[in-house]
Amino acid sequence: MDFISILSIFVMACFVGYYVVWSVTPALHTPLMAVTNAISSVIIVGALVASAAAGSVVAKYLGLGAVVMASVNIFGGFAVTERMLAMYKKKEKKG
Amino acid sequence: MHEVAAAPAWVSLAYLVSGVLFILALRGLSSPASSRRGNRYGMAGMLIAVVTTLVTHEVASLPEILIAIAIGGVIGFVTAKKIAMTDMPQLVAAFHSLVGLAAVLVAIAAYLNPEAFHVLDPSGLDILQVSRIEMGLGVAIGAITFSGSVIAFLKLNGNMGGKPIMLPGRHIINLGTLAAIIVLVGVFHLNTPELFVAIVVLSFIIGFLLIIPIGGADMPVVVSMLNSYSGWAAAAMGFTLHNTAMIITGALVGSSGAILSYIMCRAMNRSFISVIAGGFGGDTGGAAGGEAKEQRPWKRGSAEDAAFLMGQAEQVVIVPGYGMAVSQAQHALREMGDLLKAEGVKVKYAIHPVAGRMPGHMNVLLAEANVPYDEVFELEDINSEFSQTDVAFVIGANDVTNPAAKTDKTSPIYGMPILDVANAKTVLFVKRSMGGVGYAGVDNDVFYMDNTMMLLGDAKKMVEEIVKSMAH
Repeated sequence: MDFISILSIFVMACFVGYYVVWSVTPALHTPLMAVTNAISSVIIVGALVASAAAGSVVAKYLGLGAVVMASVNIFGGFAVTERMLAMYKKKEKKG
Repeated sequence: MHEVAAAPAWVSLAYLVSGVLFILALRGLSSPASSRRGNRYGMAGMLIAVVTTLVTHEVASLPEILIAIAIGGVIGFVTAKKIAMTDMPQLVAAFHSLVGLAAVLVAIAAYLNPEAFHVLDPSGLDILQVSRIEMGLGVAIGAITFSGSVIAFLKLNGNMGGKPIMLPGRHIINLGTLAAIIVLVGVFHLNTPELFVAIVVLSFIIGFLLIIPIGGADMPVVVSMLNSYSGWAAAAMGFTLHNTAMIITGALVGSSGAILSYIMCRAMNRSFISVIAGGFGGDTGGAAGGEAKEQRPWKRGSAEDAAFLMGQAEQVVIVPGYGMAVSQAQHALREMGDLLKAEGVKVKYAIHPVAGRMPGHMNVLLAEANVPYDEVFELEDINSEFSQTDVAFVIGANDVTNPAAKTDKTSPIYGMPILDVANAKTVLFVKRSMGGVGYAGVDNDVFYMDNTMMLLGDAKKMVEEIVKSMAH
């Protein structure tokens, strides 16, 4: 992909992000931060590329280090979001 | 050798699907009802991204990678299960720091092994100029996110005082360092390792310098801002890797954090620049303002008085703040609410956007205590109701109820939208002592109104006593 196509995707995604995030209810802003945390760890893709490749040994271990950190975030972020979201309950209907 | 065959189309599609699932994950958060499904979409998106990456690369070290994922996964999972809801701001700050550091490591790895990242120029000897700038940006934003989040974590976790630490000449130092980083990234197309190292080091330093002068009450903005940075770091690495999932996610997270920072700033009527410049929340303004107004009469109430007043009320609106989180009073508070409801009193909760230490902090704590979310209202939805409310029960909140924000042009919080508790027939104000005056260091006229009763003591103990007297 050339730079301009990538830039186009990026700019469009910024607009999508803008509208999607404004529609998030303020009550869920903490889970929003937790889940954005989890998904920004998609940086694990880069970490995997670095640790999978042959070539530089230093790069491989840096990559593995990044895999550990991103995994903490992915598992931790999604799990804590799930835990928080499970707590939001509606009023129980009587009867 | 360096000519790389284009990846098959399904790979790009898979990353695109993963990006779309992340969008749906955020979209789900528009209501609590759809939110959990959204979270699952997010998990699916992540799974697709990871698996796609692993199957499309020649993986020389699969066992090591799986071990790395397992180690990180267990640490993350256990932390997520154990963490107390009141510690959520620290946890989020810690997570941000990891994203930042991971971005730094990935950028360095890409620099050391450009072939694996397909960022070599056609000669095959040197890294593409545009990739080097992307890498420089990624490493700089990542490093700022990391060191900034570490400081935010230490402040939120209480390892470091919440008071702003002011270095002399810090604006000049900060602007100088930032300018240096920008120039270095700009000239990084000259391929010298020293430049790269300099960018990394300076960025770590500036992240640290930027956050230390920011006081505790401004933490919601800081946490949101770091959230945004972690997104931009991921996006910059996405540019390096030409990876759609990373770019879409980075843009989503980046805008999410930016919007949250904006909402928080608006809720305090402060400009983003003034928050970043720091210094708010120190003692400087408070001492001078406090002395002039000392010795005004105020009424002290007891738990029995409070129980009686609320028992007689038609509607009680509870206004929680950071003090409720500190004393972990949310469960006792819900019990109090239940007893009131059993007596036929209407109970509602009013949340100011900057109550607590991160966006939505109070909502999560109330949800943890089993308060139904349809009893919890945002500022603009409930503010008009205070005039028809018999009792406003303020617990651990102060500045967000201060009428000075509307009347006193010289007040540091002037212009900040507030919850109009003063309009209620009676205000019950739970506060540790009459000494402290909130984070802005401003006295609150609500304390001295005829219809205000101060309930002095630890928030949780006070509520428990009220519950006890109600049960009689």
